[in-house]
Amino acid sequence: MNRVPLEKKVLSENDRVAAELRERFRQNDVLVVNLISSPGSGKTTLLEKTLEALPRTERVAVLTGDIQTENDANRLKRSGFPTKQITTGGTCHLDARMIDKHLADWNLGELGILFIENVGNLVCPSSYDLGEAAKIVLLSVTEGEDKPLKYPSIFFKSELVIITKTDLLPYVPFDIAKAEENARKVHPGVEVVRVSCTAGYGLQEWLQWLEVKKTAVRQEAESYV
Amino acid sequence: MHELGIAQSVLDAVQAEAATRNSKPVKVGLRIGELSAIDPDALRFSFEALTAETDLQGLTLDIEFCRRRHRCLDCATEFEVKDFIFDCPQCGTNRNECISGEELQLAYVELEEYEPSTA
Repeated sequence: MNRVPLEKKVLSENDRVAAELRERFRQNDVLVVNLISSPGSGKTTLLEKTLEALPRTERVAVLTGDIQTENDANRLKRSGFPTKQITTGGTCHLDARMIDKHLADWNLGELGILFIENVGNLVCPSSYDLGEAAKIVLLSVTEGEDKPLKYPSIFFKSELVIITKTDLLPYVPFDIAKAEENARKVHPGVEVVRVSCTAGYGLQEWLQWLEVKKTAVRQEAESYV
Repeated sequence: MHELGIAQSVLDAVQAEAATRNSKPVKVGLRIGELSAIDPDALRFSFEALTAETDLQGLTLDIEFCRRRHRCLDCATEFEVKDFIFDCPQCGTNRNECISGEELQLAYVELEEYEPSTA
């Protein structure tokens, strides 16, 4: 038998497109973050509050992924920032090619931050690089605090864990310290922010994280030149 | 459940490789890490579904499952991470880096032996 060594990534085609996107984002000084969570953890609501809180002068855009409907894009468009829906028609994650296609008529040079809201799913989005600077995973307090242990891949690959709906803590048996401990078991040292979009807790901390990340990305881009 | 798409990507790569060598693939080897979010059984199922009643029917899928391994940054010991315990079994510190477990890698393809035509 004639064995031919290949030694390449199965998703090398996705990774190639993602690498091209990352280079374009770097050249245009755009911070791109990829928000991932189970359905219903509050990705869209966090984005709504984030867009409301950002100054109108901030150049922000959103790509939001769902299997069906334009509902999320319609919600986010109210912010006045450019928003585009990616309907995957059944696919449970976004891939780099979808991002590339939906960015085609946007001028990246006019953007400062691009939020990508992935399809609600804690498994498949973790395999697909979208050219983002960081993956961010959301976990709401109405879920189990052992989710990081059940879905280690996405918690390992995310730079930030956002625990959402913390205003509900008095009413649910969610041990937030345990949830953070579990996230750090899977990903030692991972940053955690606790947020309630309803009560407004933690939003400043989240915005500050974005600001720090944006500065870091810019410095990296400048050192590269 | 994106194993179907992964299986299709594997088959595309195998077919491309076989075409450049003008040969028929008989076996493909993959390395799947425990952090890759890929379920080997679902992948096997997808693989069989996609190859059934095609030219690739009977193509064997060889999956090597890779456990999460870390390397100690202090003493360079390599160890398997079990139950999320990251302490180095040699020196006890917890400064280490992940060296395996994220694989979603095409390792090899086996092709039918090329036999020069005698015609």
